[in-house]
Amino acid sequence: MTVYALETEGLTKEFAGFSAVSDVALRVKRHTIHALIGPNGAGKTTCFNLLTKFLEPTRGTIRYEGHDITGARAADIARLGLVRSFQISAVFPKFTALENVRVALQRGRGASFDFWRSDRLLRHYDERARALLDDVGLDGWAERSAGEMPYGRKRALEIATTLALDPQMLLLDEPMAGMGHEDIDRIAALIKRVAAGRTVLMVEHNLNVVASLCDVITVLTRGRILAEGDYAAVSSNPAVQEAYLGAQIAGDGHG
Amino acid sequence: MRDAAAPAILRTKRPPDEILAIAALAALLVAAPLAIYPFLLAQALCMALFACAFNLLVGYGGLLSFGHALFFGWASYFAAHMAKGFGWPPELAIAAATLCAGALGLVAGALSIRRQGIYFSMITLALAQLGYFVALQVPFTHGEDGIQGVPRGKLFGLINLGDDFTLYYVVLAIFLFGLFGVYRIVHSPFGAVLKAIRENEPRAISLGYRTERYKLAAFVLSATLAGLAGATKAIVAQSATLTDAHWTMSGEVILMTLVGGMGTITGPVLGAFVIVAMQTYFSAMGQWVTVIQGAIFVLCVLAFRRGVVGEIAARFKISL
Ligand SMILES: Nc1ncnc2c1ncn2[C@@H]1O[C@H](COP(=O)(O)OP(=O)(O)OP(=O)(O)O)[C@@H](O)[C@H]1O
Ligand SMILES: [Mg+2]
Repeated sequence: MTVYALETEGLTKEFAGFSAVSDVALRVKRHTIHALIGPNGAGKTTCFNLLTKFLEPTRGTIRYEGHDITGARAADIARLGLVRSFQISAVFPKFTALENVRVALQRGRGASFDFWRSDRLLRHYDERARALLDDVGLDGWAERSAGEMPYGRKRALEIATTLALDPQMLLLDEPMAGMGHEDIDRIAALIKRVAAGRTVLMVEHNLNVVASLCDVITVLTRGRILAEGDYAAVSSNPAVQEAYLGAQIAGDGHG
Repeated sequence: MRDAAAPAILRTKRPPDEILAIAALAALLVAAPLAIYPFLLAQALCMALFACAFNLLVGYGGLLSFGHALFFGWASYFAAHMAKGFGWPPELAIAAATLCAGALGLVAGALSIRRQGIYFSMITLALAQLGYFVALQVPFTHGEDGIQGVPRGKLFGLINLGDDFTLYYVVLAIFLFGLFGVYRIVHSPFGAVLKAIRENEPRAISLGYRTERYKLAAFVLSATLAGLAGATKAIVAQSATLTDAHWTMSGEVILMTLVGGMGTITGPVLGAFVIVAMQTYFSAMGQWVTVIQGAIFVLCVLAFRRGVVGEIAARFKISL
């Protein structure tokens, strides 16, 4: 068995001649928190879309836990335990927070095709759903309609929903974007906690979070991997400083 | 502590409003023949059930079919032929024709469901047009004449449907069965997934739902209920004609649903009654009825997107 949960080889995505992701060989070690960073438009989200098959790669292969998943379909990849969140917060807006989490719990535990039964059946999941909401600091929000929640809360809800599937590997696309300091600390602590026994690949612009949370960092620019290593190695890499960190640190007053 | 929370959940999760609305509607419909011709009412109920079936797909699955006349019209032909040609009793003819519509729904759904948005709508329209031309060509539908003189027969060999009052209450029972069926589907574990897909399909996929299967299941259920409506209509009207399979029928059901309120349980029923009443009582105005219908359609799209029942529900913050 390999030490990598996720491996790509020559992963490439071209949009009408323009390469958003070029020849990326990404290796994510099992049970680590791995960061994918890079300036806007570097191709991070496109990478996520390829890994979870929301986009079809132009070239390259993707292996998850040793299995080639390049040809798999998005829903089946989630069923294998590789679950993503979205950069633009993705909730079910007309559902309450509780119902959002319940939809995820329901997938794992069946009965999803039963159209002749009452949805009272789903109340079995309420206890677990509330516990998950409490975990991300959404206690007291269970009955609120997700569409009316503030942005930071939506992100937290999205994480709770993702965790409801108890995935082996999480792909989080900027999970803390739009959150205040307190929320960031709580979600960082949460990610650290849930990462025990799991693999996490996350896109994050907040370098403080990346530095404190992530074991390995891959820097992406213009669709290509520029550098890889721990925070100290990556942040001292001149090419990275030039392409990304320099600009970020210079522009980031509190960074 | 959890016990204290339970009644609150009950209130927010399962509003009895919808059930109350269905009960009120049922009471109204039981008394309706006192004021209105039962034959007319029975026909309106068939349209109402058709609209409810359509609403299941568009209102809760977010799938706008332009071709639902395929299921309504063909179920009507099947039931008419089974009752007249085969001499089957009405309950058997209706049940068999309903299942045929479901099978037709499976085929049409499998061909259309992978497409998104307008492409889905266009494929359903194309398939319904195909169904229309087949109905025009095959011998048993009798082309322009349609199947006429369909016997109503005796329900279970006992209840004579020749009497309009009896017929009406049988149709009402079928209708309420269908209406409650929609309610049950919407508020089932399956319904929860269906609504999640309507709300955010990529998110549902990312949670591991193979969304096409749920959409296909919704399509088949909707087609089956539309078939039940069409088959019942054939027994009520004692005929099956091209009108029922024509694209204008697909358009009418959209109009009914829109007027009453998409995504509400009782809205399409009201919408159907409004449209049928207009066609009946304003029939002296001829073509102008179509113009008025068009105007209502435009008004709904521009100003009352939620439809009559939808607007009421939104105003009082209840679900109907
Ligand atoms: N569907 C698409 N069609 C064409 N171009 C696309 C598409 N999706 C992304 N792109 C382009 O690919 C490039 C990479 O985009 P991507 O969203 O992956 O960047 P990102 O690293 O996630 O950036 P950000 O930090 O802003 O989220 C961008 O130039 C973008 O415009
Ligand atoms: Mg991005």
